[in-house]
Amino acid sequence: MPKTINLNRGLNISITGEADKSLKEAVALHYAIKPTDFIGVFPRMLVAEGAPVKAGTPLFIDKYRENICFVSPVSGTVSEIKRGDKRVLLEVRIEPDGKNESEQFGKADPSALSKPEITEKLLKSGLWSMIRQRPYGIIANPDQTPKAIHISAFDTAPLAPDYDYIVKGKGEQFQAGINALAKLTAGKVHLNISNRTSAGEFLNCRNVELTTFKGPHPAGNVGIQIHHIDPINKGEVVWFAGVQDVIAIGSLFTEGIYNAEIVVALAGSEVLKTGYLKTRRGACISKMVENNVKEGDLRYISGNVLTGTQIRRDNFIGFYDSLITVIPEGNYHEFFGWALPGFNKLSFSRTYFSWLSPKRKYTVDTNLHGGERALVMTGQFEKVLPMDIYPMQLIKAALSENIELMENLGMYEVEPEDLALCEFIDTSKTEIQAIVRQGLETLRKEMS
Amino acid sequence: MKALRKQLDKIKPNFQKGGKFEKLHSTFDAFETFLFVPDKTTRTGSHIRDSIDLKRTMSAVIIAMIPALLFGIWNTGYQHYLSLGQDPGFLPIVGYGLMKVLPIIVVSYAAGLGVEFIFAQYRGHEVNEGYLVSGMLIPLVMPVDVPLWMVAVASIFAVVIGKEAFGGTGMNVFNPALLARAFIFFAYPAKITGDTIWTGGLSTGEGVVDGFSGATPLGNAAAGAMDKIPSMYDLFFGFIPGSIGETSKIAILLGALILIVTGIGSWRIMLSGLLGGITMTLIFNAFAANEYMTLSPLTQIMMGSFLFGMVFMATDPVTAAQTDKGKWIYGFLAGFFAIMIRVFNPAYPEGTMLAILLMNAFAPLIDHYVVEANIRKRIKRAVTVVKS
Repeated sequence: MPKTINLNRGLNISITGEADKSLKEAVALHYAIKPTDFIGVFPRMLVAEGAPVKAGTPLFIDKYRENICFVSPVSGTVSEIKRGDKRVLLEVRIEPDGKNESEQFGKADPSALSKPEITEKLLKSGLWSMIRQRPYGIIANPDQTPKAIHISAFDTAPLAPDYDYIVKGKGEQFQAGINALAKLTAGKVHLNISNRTSAGEFLNCRNVELTTFKGPHPAGNVGIQIHHIDPINKGEVVWFAGVQDVIAIGSLFTEGIYNAEIVVALAGSEVLKTGYLKTRRGACISKMVENNVKEGDLRYISGNVLTGTQIRRDNFIGFYDSLITVIPEGNYHEFFGWALPGFNKLSFSRTYFSWLSPKRKYTVDTNLHGGERALVMTGQFEKVLPMDIYPMQLIKAALSENIELMENLGMYEVEPEDLALCEFIDTSKTEIQAIVRQGLETLRKEMS
Repeated sequence: MKALRKQLDKIKPNFQKGGKFEKLHSTFDAFETFLFVPDKTTRTGSHIRDSIDLKRTMSAVIIAMIPALLFGIWNTGYQHYLSLGQDPGFLPIVGYGLMKVLPIIVVSYAAGLGVEFIFAQYRGHEVNEGYLVSGMLIPLVMPVDVPLWMVAVASIFAVVIGKEAFGGTGMNVFNPALLARAFIFFAYPAKITGDTIWTGGLSTGEGVVDGFSGATPLGNAAAGAMDKIPSMYDLFFGFIPGSIGETSKIAILLGALILIVTGIGSWRIMLSGLLGGITMTLIFNAFAANEYMTLSPLTQIMMGSFLFGMVFMATDPVTAAQTDKGKWIYGFLAGFFAIMIRVFNPAYPEGTMLAILLMNAFAPLIDHYVVEANIRKRIKRAVTVVKS
């Protein structure tokens, strides 16, 4: 029996539009790799517009870590290299040619390979970018050996995809991916499951340390799990990867190619037909939402409503995301909104009468529900952060860029996503995730 | 609604940068956001936000104070007619109460909010809703016969020196409403002590029936007249003289319930405050050096502003300890000192105000040690890892 860790603090936000358990093939006219998905990466282009590429052909590398490359998810041609202000590289767009050609990296049994051989293979195929590290949430450093590698096999965020469903039939690849990762760490590979996890692919996984987590969101966040299994101390590095990242890494060894196929959930109150879609990393969402969303001003999010990235309806799924959420925009005035009884208003507090019906699901929009104010309330953030960390003090340390204090208060143990619920419930409407990211970047620059 | 919205949108440009009334931007914003929740949407971070905002938070506190306020209005009239030896019925009693209490509320809000608006404008930020609570608390902790100009001066002092001097809402060290009271207490002691100020009309020498002293239970206790302390029934329901909002314990407990259920007020502070008060009383009981020290914990808690202070004043999230552990310590000591000061201080019968202000000053220190313990734990963890 795996060890069970019970988390009491947190909040499950129940909103409408959960993805239906049906799998469909999705069409995408374009694919794109967005350098903005990768924290701290300065891209240097390797291909020009019009160049033919196969799945696995490098598109650009990181200027500061030249062995880390980013590859095309599909065979086709580079149709556009999109730049923004100050010529910042925003997207490298690929138009698929339908041939499904792949670069060949050679099949292998990861259990028979050494650490350098596996590292080499992952770097060459561009799949190294799927292994990230804590602290900072950046792509892992291939020269380091982490104290452990963590994989969260469940997601507790609102409308999150069900990985039990996604992993079905991919047990072989998942196991191969685990075997490869196990060679990279001196410690263990931790597979963190939920008490509701039922997929045999996870439960019977070998070469891992299973830990069961029970509790509301953010129990599914890998940062929360690391904190409870073996917290990160100053100077330590822990790696993590998503379930579909592990599957892709596994396919590299079982198939010898970069198999960019992923399953994403299409969810949200404004989606007419929700469900799971089979597509590739970086797919354009326009065909998926075409004639499939309600009328009105909508927000398209790659990821979940708490931590995802806003994208346009003709834009692309984020590299690490397995979810597309569509919710209504909230750009309206509400007459005496703050004074109404609020039987239908979603709130963590019990200041609206909606707390009398705890089971109901809400249709939420992007309205801020108030103006930005000074931080007044205390003792609230603690209720949704199941960590031995003082969130308010940490946020203030980040605001004042006090490096030592941030270190002491546990900044290395968090990512913005771990404090997303604090931001959600904050009465002062402070941009907490942005503050945490800024604080982490300050630390990263100071330490490098 | 639509017509109002249209009208607002029409005049809005005048108050924005470059408009005719640019200088009144904060004021316009305050009224606009009072009428309508803004149409602002999330830009970074979480795409959805809780429906709660500071206005809602503060409204919850105000709603929690309403029982105490309503009873205070009635009791003001009741005590007044009691002193005259008359019983004119419910309506005249409430009428007299309203006549006395409403002006204090109006003056408190007008003076305090006026300063808030000026500072918001001057600093170029939005008007914070914090004073909506302070402005209601100030009348509730005043004796009914307090001169209105004094309320105005105290409110202005509380906002300017108590809040804005420290950087505005969220930065203040002392609870503004308590500071307003302390200001009057130290600047005009005659107006806030004695037996005559607690009952409307008494201080101006209106006729009093025999046997009516106007003294509060605490006044009696301090004078050693333990036999004159009212019955537990009167203390609990509040048919006693005292500051406007403090007398009815059941109204205060109702407020506490609202604060705890909504999650706005800290039950940790309320509970630990109560425990602190009981502990101090029990210590006194053990020594029993004088008659005051022999009063039971229940009597001590039911007298004066102890409950009101622990429920509405000590729980102010800005000036209380901010960590959960800190809140236990802070609340306990506030209750502890409140009873200690009350019994030992010969100059003034009540100790709650000074105890909470004292703990306001110590709250950052308490938090410091609580957070420091967390830091030490983290450092120790890192060191053990390095060693092993």
